[in-house]
Amino acid sequence: MGDITTFVLYGLALSWLAFSFARDRKKTEQALRKAWKSFAAILPAFLVVLLILALVVVLLPEATIATFLGERSGFLGYLLASVVGAVTLVPGFVAFPMAKVLLDHGAGVAQMAVFISTLMMVGVVTLPLEIRYFGVKAAVWRNLLAYCYAFFVGYGVWIFVRVAR
Amino acid sequence: MVKDILRTYRGFFVLLGLCFVAFFFSPLLGRKVFTVALRNILFMLSVVPPVFILVGLFDVWIPREKVVKRLGEASGMVGIGIALALGALAAGPLYAAFPVAEVLLRKGVSLRNVWIFLGAWSTMKIPMLLFEIQNLGLVFAASRYFMSFLGVLAIAFLLDRFLSLEEKNRISPF
Repeated sequence: MGDITTFVLYGLALSWLAFSFARDRKKTEQALRKAWKSFAAILPAFLVVLLILALVVVLLPEATIATFLGERSGFLGYLLASVVGAVTLVPGFVAFPMAKVLLDHGAGVAQMAVFISTLMMVGVVTLPLEIRYFGVKAAVWRNLLAYCYAFFVGYGVWIFVRVAR
Repeated sequence: MVKDILRTYRGFFVLLGLCFVAFFFSPLLGRKVFTVALRNILFMLSVVPPVFILVGLFDVWIPREKVVKRLGEASGMVGIGIALALGALAAGPLYAAFPVAEVLLRKGVSLRNVWIFLGAWSTMKIPMLLFEIQNLGLVFAASRYFMSFLGVLAIAFLLDRFLSLEEKNRISPF
């Protein structure tokens, strides 16, 4: 799945690049120089985030996440799910199957919804990167709001799933 | 030159040192850290180049006036819709969205629309939705998508409220 989207992205970039090159060589050169400049500017922060991520993933492996969220339910599980989702950075194509397994093993719908929501919208690990672009206040507020809102998502999904049954 | 590199990559080297410390205490865990880190970095390097190329091309080819009209302060519902669609049709992890957000700001997209774009990118991507339906069922995925949609809008509007004009100008001095 991830491969297809990357493929599409490359297709888009390369075809636009070819079009640009045919139309205006100088502008294309300028675009590539800008692309490289913004990449080089953010590369150090990227590397930092990816190393932190590696440390977190290894120290907090999926199996640990699974036992915590699978065994416990109720508000504590809810809270735990949100925190785990906020600090980890699992891509969707890993998170969804994982959530399915957890659901099959007795984890609550609300817990899984809050887990997926914080996972996608809140990034404690990527916060330094976000601060670079948006400043401390905006970045922290965005993550905080997303974190709080995730509980509404959990509650909402729980209600929808119950009504649908 | 070397000093510059050391300074710019200071954080990276510190963390690299930490990884070596982990390796020293537990070779097994340490090796896993390095494997995962290398995999993450290779993944990033494979996903991110087209994003930056697109950002560069967008920067050079798309005139500011056009963007301002469609997505600027006065763009209203149309702007919100375009911002949502841009994020939802995107691909890649959230960290790839930040450079895109930067170029959007530079082209005069309103901050509120940029936050809507970021929110949509983070949690409303269409390919992800399809995959979620496959795994967790239509009701779960659709209701989470709907709740996320409300949340993305709410968060963007609230952020707009919380930040003073001065702070906004600092983020988007264009």
